[in-house]
Amino acid sequence: MNKPDFPFDDFKLKKPIIQMKNIRKSYYIGKPNQLEILHGIDLTVYEGEFVAIVGESGSGKSTLMNIIGALDRPTEGSYILDGVDIQRADDKSLSEIRNRKVGFVFQTFNLIGRQSALKNVELPMLYAKVPQKERNARAKQLLEMVNMSERMNHQPNELSGGQKQRVAIARAMANNPAIILADEPTGALDSATSRTVMDIFHTLNKEHGKTIVLITHSPALAAECDRIITLVDGEITDDRKGGGKYA
Amino acid sequence: MTERAAVNMLDNILMALQSLKANKMRALLTMLGIIIGIGSVIAIETVGNSLSGSITDSMSGFGASDITVSVTEKEDDDENTSSDVRMRLFRPSSPDASDLITDDMLDDFRAAFSDKVRYIKISENADSGTYQTGSDSTSLTVVGVNDEYIQAEETVILYGRSISNSADADKKLCMIADTFAEDYMAISPVNAVGKELSIKINGTPHSFYIVGVYEYTEDETLSAVAGETVTDMYIPLSTAKTISDGNDNYSSVTVVSAEGTDVTSFIDVAEEFFASYYTLNDSWTATASSMETLVSTLTEMLDTVSLAISAIAAISLLVGGIGVMNIMLVSVTERTKEIGTRKALGAPKNTILMQFIIEAVVICLVGGALGIMLGTGLGAVACSFMGYSAKADVESIILVVGISMAIGVFFGYYPANKASKLDPIEALRYE
Repeated sequence: MNKPDFPFDDFKLKKPIIQMKNIRKSYYIGKPNQLEILHGIDLTVYEGEFVAIVGESGSGKSTLMNIIGALDRPTEGSYILDGVDIQRADDKSLSEIRNRKVGFVFQTFNLIGRQSALKNVELPMLYAKVPQKERNARAKQLLEMVNMSERMNHQPNELSGGQKQRVAIARAMANNPAIILADEPTGALDSATSRTVMDIFHTLNKEHGKTIVLITHSPALAAECDRIITLVDGEITDDRKGGGKYA
Repeated sequence: MTERAAVNMLDNILMALQSLKANKMRALLTMLGIIIGIGSVIAIETVGNSLSGSITDSMSGFGASDITVSVTEKEDDDENTSSDVRMRLFRPSSPDASDLITDDMLDDFRAAFSDKVRYIKISENADSGTYQTGSDSTSLTVVGVNDEYIQAEETVILYGRSISNSADADKKLCMIADTFAEDYMAISPVNAVGKELSIKINGTPHSFYIVGVYEYTEDETLSAVAGETVTDMYIPLSTAKTISDGNDNYSSVTVVSAEGTDVTSFIDVAEEFFASYYTLNDSWTATASSMETLVSTLTEMLDTVSLAISAIAAISLLVGGIGVMNIMLVSVTERTKEIGTRKALGAPKNTILMQFIIEAVVICLVGGALGIMLGTGLGAVACSFMGYSAKADVESIILVVGISMAIGVFFGYYPANKASKLDPIEALRYE
């Protein structure tokens, strides 16, 4: 490894969380309509970074996100997430990796209906086979962190969009994952609640040192992050430093 | 099962109950097939159980040690028991006196199996008699009996004496019930002994000398049928024979086996013994049976009926199971996004599979529980109509709970498997 694959010196000593080399993803393999979405992505994200991935729709953002989040395997290339080789993992290991290493935050919140906020936050820990007592205590603590303690026994349909997203962030943090992967987390929220949600991400990043990958099409949100990666037609065309919070 | 797995299971069950609660109407409609299927199984079992229970109860009163030997028509081929019963019921012609069981046969039998035969009861209904007092008339059953009959029935003689076979042969004397003396002859039983009793048998007047009065014991089954009490008037066997058909032989006798005899095997021995007299007879033979044989034939018939209705119930359960499968498929489709989310949060395939199988099992178990309630209720109502006490069958309830679970697992597996194999990316994108 002669050429540094990341241009900023201040992160060089940090532990790499995402290491992608020449990632390609194709669909309809072997059929006449074979389609390559990602054309060789090289990307390294270090611990504690707050990275924004921006791109138009159709740029391959979602495909890249699915691979980062271990929902999908690349067709070609190597991807190591927090020391685990994703390319070689089977389905069972992939669920375990998603469970322990990735915290998903979705645009549509995706809370489980008819289950209280508390139960929703407990869910990833249930899958991780954390004992009930510990699960409950940690879920309460996380809801406290996102300021949702008072509504922890409410069901999703009794919560506002901003509240749902805060619960979703608490849920993403449940197993203390290596990265938080947020896909347009403010896409369904008004600007005031968007602000609250972004502030929570900044807090998680700055105070808890959490690595966050934010996928967005909004340049304003991207500008808040430490690093902005631009994706065009399945290739990284730009990788620069962002302004950080309130730049 | 580890403690953690148990916790997981509990969470799944709670989750399933919550989703049932959220879709009450849909869940109820889904369960309908299961409820009806399980309900009818339980109802049939309850009715069948109480019926055979009460038959056995009332039959046991007749004495399980009694073996009835009777003259029956010979069969052409080996045929089964039920056709044997039919033959006896619709016998085209009756046997001649020479075809019947004789006193010699009985003496031989008694000599051959002295250790196994306690009594040989013989009774011959002479027909019903009518007792006339002024304008009122009363019926009584005139029965010719041998002395062993009185002993075997443990008839209590209150006043006077019993009937003796040899001494009283062909004499016109009788024993009557105490209630008959009091209620119809209007004299106290003690004074009845020595009186003359004039009755009409088959329109012909006869008069009998009363030698004894016995204690009337209520026979529940008979009085329930007859309504009015008809008592037995016992007369010597030979007298009854003379009144009815004039020959000295018997079409059937009842062997009361001694205590400790294996009745089931003794039936076969007795039958073989009596049948040996008929090897040269073209159309008649002797057969032996006991109440036990009769009860088991009845129970077999009941079982056949239950089986037939159970088959219908099974079809209902099958339809119910398919209903559960259908609703689970709908549920999986509806919750595609939830499944995607769960997978993204790290739920392994097996956990999703378990979640949906448990949901199907819970639906079936709730349906089964409702079915048990419905079935027990229906069974109780049916039993009370027929005048039997309802006996819930614990065994079949346990069986039915097992069946419900099995249906849940069987019909829940396909939808659950479908859910567990969903691609998380596709599932998350599903709207």
